[in-house]
Amino acid sequence: MRPEPGGCCCRRTVRANGCVANGEVRNGYVRSSAAAAAAAAAGQIHHVTQNGGLYKRPFNEAFEETPMLVAVLTYVGYGVLTLFGYLRDFLRYWRIEKCHHATEREEQKDFVSLYQDFENFYTRNLYMRIRDNWNRPICSVPGARVDIMERQSHDYNWSFKYTGNIIKGVINMGSYNYLGFARNTGSCQEAAAKVLEEYGAGVCSTRQEIGNLDKHEELEELVARFLGVEAAMAYGMGFATNSMNIPALVGKGCLILSDELNHASLVLGARLSGATIRIFKHNSSGVHVQVCYIDMQSLEKLLKDAIVYGQPRTRRPWKKILILVEGIYSMEGSIVRLPEVIALKKKYKAYLYLDEAHSIGALGPTGRGVVEYFGLDPEDVDVMMGTFTKSFGASGGYIGGKKELIDYLRTHSHSAVYATSLSPPVVEQIITSMKCIMGQDGTSLGKECVQQLAENTRYFRRRLKEMGFIIYGNEDSPVVPLMLYMPAKIGAFGREMLKRNIGVVVVGFPATPIIESRARFCLSAAHTKEILDTALKEIDEVGDLLQLKYSRHRLVPLLDRPFDETTYEETED
Amino acid sequence: MATATEQWVLVEMVQALYEAPAYHLILEGILILWIIRLLFSKTYKLQERSDLTVKEKEELIEEWQPEPLVPPVPKDHPALNYNIVSGPPSHKTVVNGKECINFASFNFLGLLDNPRVKAAALASLKKYGVGTCGPRGFYGTFDVHLDLEDRLAKFMKTEEAIIYSYGFATIASAIPAYSKRGDIVFVDRAACFAIQKGLQASRSDIKLFKHNDMADLERLLKEQEIEDQKNPRKARVTRRFIVVEGLYMNTGTICPLPELVKLKYKYKARIFLEESLSFGVLGEHGRGVTEHYGINIDDIDLISANMENALASIGGFCCGRSFVIDHQRLSGQGYCFSASLPPLLAAAAIEALNIMEENPGIFAVLKEKCGQIHKALQGISGLKVVGESLSPAFHLQLEESTGSREQDVRLLQEIVDQCMNRSIALTQARYLEKEEKCLPPPRVFSGLETSRFIWEYRVQAAEELERRVLRPGAKSGRLQESPLGSLNALPAHSARPGFGRSLCIRVVVTVEQTEEELERAASTIKEVAQAVLL
Repeated sequence: MRPEPGGCCCRRTVRANGCVANGEVRNGYVRSSAAAAAAAAAGQIHHVTQNGGLYKRPFNEAFEETPMLVAVLTYVGYGVLTLFGYLRDFLRYWRIEKCHHATEREEQKDFVSLYQDFENFYTRNLYMRIRDNWNRPICSVPGARVDIMERQSHDYNWSFKYTGNIIKGVINMGSYNYLGFARNTGSCQEAAAKVLEEYGAGVCSTRQEIGNLDKHEELEELVARFLGVEAAMAYGMGFATNSMNIPALVGKGCLILSDELNHASLVLGARLSGATIRIFKHNSSGVHVQVCYIDMQSLEKLLKDAIVYGQPRTRRPWKKILILVEGIYSMEGSIVRLPEVIALKKKYKAYLYLDEAHSIGALGPTGRGVVEYFGLDPEDVDVMMGTFTKSFGASGGYIGGKKELIDYLRTHSHSAVYATSLSPPVVEQIITSMKCIMGQDGTSLGKECVQQLAENTRYFRRRLKEMGFIIYGNEDSPVVPLMLYMPAKIGAFGREMLKRNIGVVVVGFPATPIIESRARFCLSAAHTKEILDTALKEIDEVGDLLQLKYSRHRLVPLLDRPFDETTYEETED
Repeated sequence: MATATEQWVLVEMVQALYEAPAYHLILEGILILWIIRLLFSKTYKLQERSDLTVKEKEELIEEWQPEPLVPPVPKDHPALNYNIVSGPPSHKTVVNGKECINFASFNFLGLLDNPRVKAAALASLKKYGVGTCGPRGFYGTFDVHLDLEDRLAKFMKTEEAIIYSYGFATIASAIPAYSKRGDIVFVDRAACFAIQKGLQASRSDIKLFKHNDMADLERLLKEQEIEDQKNPRKARVTRRFIVVEGLYMNTGTICPLPELVKLKYKYKARIFLEESLSFGVLGEHGRGVTEHYGINIDDIDLISANMENALASIGGFCCGRSFVIDHQRLSGQGYCFSASLPPLLAAAAIEALNIMEENPGIFAVLKEKCGQIHKALQGISGLKVVGESLSPAFHLQLEESTGSREQDVRLLQEIVDQCMNRSIALTQARYLEKEEKCLPPPRVFSGLETSRFIWEYRVQAAEELERRVLRPGAKSGRLQESPLGSLNALPAHSARPGFGRSLCIRVVVTVEQTEEELERAASTIKEVAQAVLL
């Protein structure tokens, strides 16, 4: 917020065609003159001096507006589906169409129905049509390539039969294997195997009782060092790390400010805590409000109002305010505007809970997550939360922070008191992979993985943009959402890609807003250039087939120039 | 005549208007405007509008001081310093550097250390690596998961099973998948913490009945029935659930399932049964409390259990009819939004199931051992055994509380420590007193829930008072009627309904413990308890 002398100039271009929630926002400091000229051509340039010093690196995040025609067609698509849904429900009701779904027991027919009929309308009539795109069972390591068990349905996806065939070597663009540690060979596997033989698989007790192994202590000490915090604590499940620890931190009389796109676990944790919850618009910290768009729900406004007006009705001041944000948002591919959030948090004396489920390992020059990515001090984040599921190829979650925080959690975390602790071989996998990232195994393998991932990310995102797809999110985020919009294209894209031996994740409502269905690619350091090129070629083809190239701001393909951020240019139409 | 007069008046007025001087007219005009303004303007406000100026707001922001994120934890907090177990937490284990016989881990069947289980897990590790790198929906479903679900369903003789990657999240996700706002859940007061969190997440109406008291449950169900008759329209969409545990983690008692099933059909409420402690323990084949009572498993709508106790792996599962279970695949939060279970843990659970199926005798052995130590532990002066004799996890409680919870904790910890010194690893059952919401808090906490510090302080103060004033009457049993009685009547007897989680030492029996070791443990506990308590 403060202008910093000597701070780099920071520009944001605001599109002439109006910049609302979906507009494109650019925030960079090093620009080649060509880029600056392009920006000037794009419309007004705002010199944002207030937060100029906050960003130490360019921050390019784009959410291209949904084309009007596409939006209308998408709604029409849902309309048709809903009409057919009603028609088929009608046919099922009169037993004209065979009913496949499981039914209530005869003995319990007079009980109050377990499900509301409408609740399942969407599942029955929309989801069921394209159900084969989810829960595809695999039977190998979820690495760069994966073996998928072939399945067939003879009753329109109501049930699946396994043919016994295995689709081998499917390119895996779906697993959160950011650093490529999902492996069944190598040092991690060997170490985990050793520990498994010594300790067994389970623990059979909680941390506070008799399930605190020396391995857990070793892990926590390592995690603290990795994050650069005083202490850390590890838990058996990432989801539960959020849902079982937020209630230990805040309660009645406290205020939680939560990003609207926060993960279900954060939402659940916030709800269980009993604190008041207010939602701010995704990634909108105060500064943007002044410059880009007036958004009354912004974080700064909420903070200001919360402190000035206190609790509703009683008018008592809030006991404490906790801001919940994620590092990388897994559905948008966006990165939290952490410098601004931290500035706000300091200004208003709020506490910051940062969920690095997707960003730990995947961002920052040495994989320390979003804090390192922005060159910030981990001390400024009060609660550093993350998971071991993704970058570390294991399972579980952690919380890092000041010693007092961890001491409190050791005594008051629901997880420590009531839940079984982490499985020892899983712990060992985390220890080994983390040491590898830190370079403590004596190799530079970890560092290379982090770099490879960053390279893959930029390459893949850039190529997709050149092809003319609408890609959401930050250019450095390894989560790459490709917009499909129409419900029919969700199924079509997933199937066409699998036909071409590429496994992708497609998501629609309710995980996304109703018209913003998308495919999501998760990049990995394990992806080689060939794999990415194959995938890109097929995506290009399917994109043409399904007419997915909606973008009106297609990037000019680069021929042979080296690849870095100064080469970003855009065509304007 | 009258008109003439009127005309004359009018003429007069017009004339007067002509003749009046200009300044007079202007004055009159201004006056008229003034009156109009007064008529139409808002009433006079005594108070100025209370909008804060920017400066005032800034001052308020400057002024506000939040509470610290967490209150400081005293260095000697009983739960701060964990026991450190070096090496595997199996039958013989090294706790804080001392080798002990493990009477604290829920490793009932001794499968944690089983070479077959380890071999199966290892094979899986070599095939799949450790993590799954995704939730079940997004390439996180492995063939091993499908196998395990299939095996669990077959083992339990149900249509379908669903696995979760964390035991705690199983029932905590299953309840809110079905029970929504407005639905009614009847739940036992002694229900474990995971159930409580599930109920909280569901935002349903919660009705607590006294622990294992079917009459009390029926009373509540009847009340609800009467309520329903008043508003039949609402009743038609209000789902009713009864949530109980097979063996209660908090009391070591078994639920009266046959009666519950009767009530279920009488009042049309569905039963959710949490079997974390009874799965792999009760029944001829270890199928749990349904098998123990010989009840058709289809009469229970949903059974949930974790795989972290008898199966000695990680995770949990729900089983029942497909009609019920399948719903969780889209609505179970812990299922949809969490990475799936590492395949090696699923493989370990499958192998553990194999072993259970191959050695059905193992459950009888366990039962016998439970009975043995249960019997041997009777009659310790000052400590009493709480829990069913067929429960492999049961509690030792102080017969008579010292009057302060802190003091009780210290006494019990002393017993645990001394047993540990004599190579018997025990542990106190840990609870988050503030959080155990299902129960009315023990009286000492009432109104003092705000901060642990305050209550500690109050307890100390109460002790102080008691020492000075009430000591003479302390043993008379009339404590509750004394003015400070409410502060002193601490819950020592969990069997009595309505009390909080009582402090206790947990004893866990496993099949690996030999008769000799059981005898030794019992005699050690006896001796230590005598020494500490007397």
